[in-house]
Amino acid sequence: MEHFRLKVLICAGTGCMSSGSKKVVAALRDQLAQKGLEQEIKVVETGCHGFCEMGPLVIIDPDEVFYIRVQEADVADIVEDHLCKGQIVERLLYREIGAVKGITSYKDIDFYKKQTRLVLANCGHLDPEQIKDYLAVGGYEALRKALKNMTSAEVVDEVKKSGLRGRGGGGFPTGVKWGFTRNAVGTKKYVICNADEGDPGAFMDRSVLEGDPHRVIEGMAIGAYGIGADEGYIYVRAEYPLAIKRLRIAIEQAEELGFIGDNIFETGFNFHVKIKEGAGAFVCGEETALMASIEGQRGTPRSRPPFPAISGLWGNPTNINNVETFANVPQIITKGADWYASIGTARSTGTKVFALTGRINHTGLAEVPMGITMREIIYDIGGGIQGGKKFKAVQIGGPSGGCLPEELLDMSVDYDSLLQVGAMMGSGGLVVMDETTCMVDISKFFLSFTQMESCGKCTPCREGTKRMLEILTRITEGRGKEGDIELLEVLAKNIKLTSLCGLGQTAPNPVLSTLKYFRAEYEAHIKEKRCPAGACIGLARYNITETCRGCGLCIKACPVAAISGEKKALHTIDQDKCIKCGACMAKCPFKAITKG
Amino acid sequence: MRNKKVYHFLRFQVRTTKASARVWGLGISQVFSYRDAPILPEFQQALKGQKLTKGGLKNNMNSNQTQCCCGGNVNQFEKLDEILKKYQGIKGALIPVLQDTQHAYGYLPREVIQNIAEKINIPVSQIYGVVTFYAQFHLKPRGKNIIRVCQGTACHVRGGKAILAAIEDILKIKAGGTTPDLMFTLETVACIGACGLAPVLMINDDTHGRLTPETTAEILAKYTEVV
Repeated sequence: MEHFRLKVLICAGTGCMSSGSKKVVAALRDQLAQKGLEQEIKVVETGCHGFCEMGPLVIIDPDEVFYIRVQEADVADIVEDHLCKGQIVERLLYREIGAVKGITSYKDIDFYKKQTRLVLANCGHLDPEQIKDYLAVGGYEALRKALKNMTSAEVVDEVKKSGLRGRGGGGFPTGVKWGFTRNAVGTKKYVICNADEGDPGAFMDRSVLEGDPHRVIEGMAIGAYGIGADEGYIYVRAEYPLAIKRLRIAIEQAEELGFIGDNIFETGFNFHVKIKEGAGAFVCGEETALMASIEGQRGTPRSRPPFPAISGLWGNPTNINNVETFANVPQIITKGADWYASIGTARSTGTKVFALTGRINHTGLAEVPMGITMREIIYDIGGGIQGGKKFKAVQIGGPSGGCLPEELLDMSVDYDSLLQVGAMMGSGGLVVMDETTCMVDISKFFLSFTQMESCGKCTPCREGTKRMLEILTRITEGRGKEGDIELLEVLAKNIKLTSLCGLGQTAPNPVLSTLKYFRAEYEAHIKEKRCPAGACIGLARYNITETCRGCGLCIKACPVAAISGEKKALHTIDQDKCIKCGACMAKCPFKAITKG
Repeated sequence: MRNKKVYHFLRFQVRTTKASARVWGLGISQVFSYRDAPILPEFQQALKGQKLTKGGLKNNMNSNQTQCCCGGNVNQFEKLDEILKKYQGIKGALIPVLQDTQHAYGYLPREVIQNIAEKINIPVSQIYGVVTFYAQFHLKPRGKNIIRVCQGTACHVRGGKAILAAIEDILKIKAGGTTPDLMFTLETVACIGACGLAPVLMINDDTHGRLTPETTAEILAKYTEVV
């Protein structure tokens, strides 16, 4: 039995690794070895803690001390002062914006206090490459309970009762889907975990896979038992090499100890899991395209019915669920469906992990109960807008979703409410935008993404998104025409109705949503050839305000001689000659030139 | 009378196939296998009237053995054979085979694809369909260091475009291209999944975040120092 006086937990998720946490780990191990403290103090490389903006993150347990932005040079102080003498290194503590005193324990920080970390409970607190860490916190108990004390029908009923809905974006009741696959005709059935998290701005699944892979494997095994499957695939996108590595290790270790494989827990239940790597196609996140990809074909979707539950992988009944959905399953079995249903709202139970990104102070991962308001997520947990700027909109649901303007900040975040306002939950990526973001540019950005990723099989998506993108590009370049907005709306409605799969059906959502709440911006682009946010290059209008002292620096800076004015008098810009390069604004020492 | 028409039609087929074979310097069976394949770049050149070296394909086609410059024979598909052995009998193995092959050879050379097609009995056209569908597969040689600049939403909103422009400026190549000295290949990716640190790029397996055009230049310099 190992007894450690202190445990140092260092985030080794992709985010903190790219901020230098590997060097911190190396320095820490080195210095502890020099002082002969390896037997007393344990260094654990964990998964993502979630507070990515403040990374690299270090937690010292059992004191729950939380250090942020730790670099290699800080390790000496941590070892000397904290680990040896027990003194907290004040300068590395987190401080609220404007506060002087640092907060010692992570449990007192708003970012963590307001969360309900259930799925992410273990992320950041155990070594994902050691199965015994997972076992020590009750790992695989749910699987044991399901196999030994419940029938497979009871397992499916329990998940149905809990009200768990698909966390990949569709929000389909998971228990009901399991029921369909269970009742489908066929002796060979499959369970697939969709870890092809392609939504730009989403990294929840990656963090769960990197931080707590066994949880997902356990969830899959329970699902396989409920459905009657004996084989499973985890389809991970190739862009997540660390997640793939940790999954491989986890599967090996689980097989070694008999938690997956043949005759699990001596109950005669077999379950084998394989990893399939994606090859760089967003559309393979769609379930029928995913199955085609596993079969070795081009990842093009097919029409449904038949649904995968009836005829899926190689024609067999297949159940596909998202990583987060599977990660929710073990706790439903151990703590019961009623407990799970008591969290969240009546029709959207449980918690959801959101990825907070964009112009927000606290970027990272936050797990909150369904029904929380967007305002609480952005301001209480997210810390508000960077640089004190004004909030404009939050994109929810990635390229398939819509934006929520300020008026909707107090609405409840759950599946049905979001659909009602023209957005959707999606996988949980939240991108916060401020007054300097142009909504037309954003919808063009999303459409160019979906256009590029369109598989090309059906005409509405292949041709329709291209035409919509052309129109949006013209608008952002100042060549918008009367009737463009109406044309966009007609195209959008048609593409939504007639596309073969979810990619095409939801590609127009960002456009429709921004038109609904920010129509004035589109009209300014078209009628006035002006970008109110000042983001579209070519439509920005530079003006010299009254603060001008007539120093003439801007006249010298202008490459096309568009500025004129007498010495010590207000200068003016000839808008026809101006090429909107911004050189004048950069040069003005009195900040007299504005863009808008 | 119908038999005569069929006979002449078949003779015509054989004659045109023979003629093609003669022009390209191939065997008739090889031409038949190419009839279903998409127009490969070398053939496109020939179609434009430019000369194609006769027998240029013969040395590499369907033959594991090829001559090394030292004069000895070498099995250029040795790595491929090992990979195929590993996946023998496994369902849906085409994509993993292609992924391992690309890892071994650096990209997917034409001859290697043709060899895979023969050995696992899938038409070349179908493999080409799969290879050109997925962004991960490459038909041209790649640089030693692969730079992937994230152009996802979070990175876009935090200035991802400026990072890409800075790299294009320094390396003098556009996204999708490779530097002439084969040191760098520049690509854009839709999302790396490190959105908390936007804007982000990856060079090989290393992720770099919180970038500015200045820090980007410093990072690139590190990779050119290490030879």
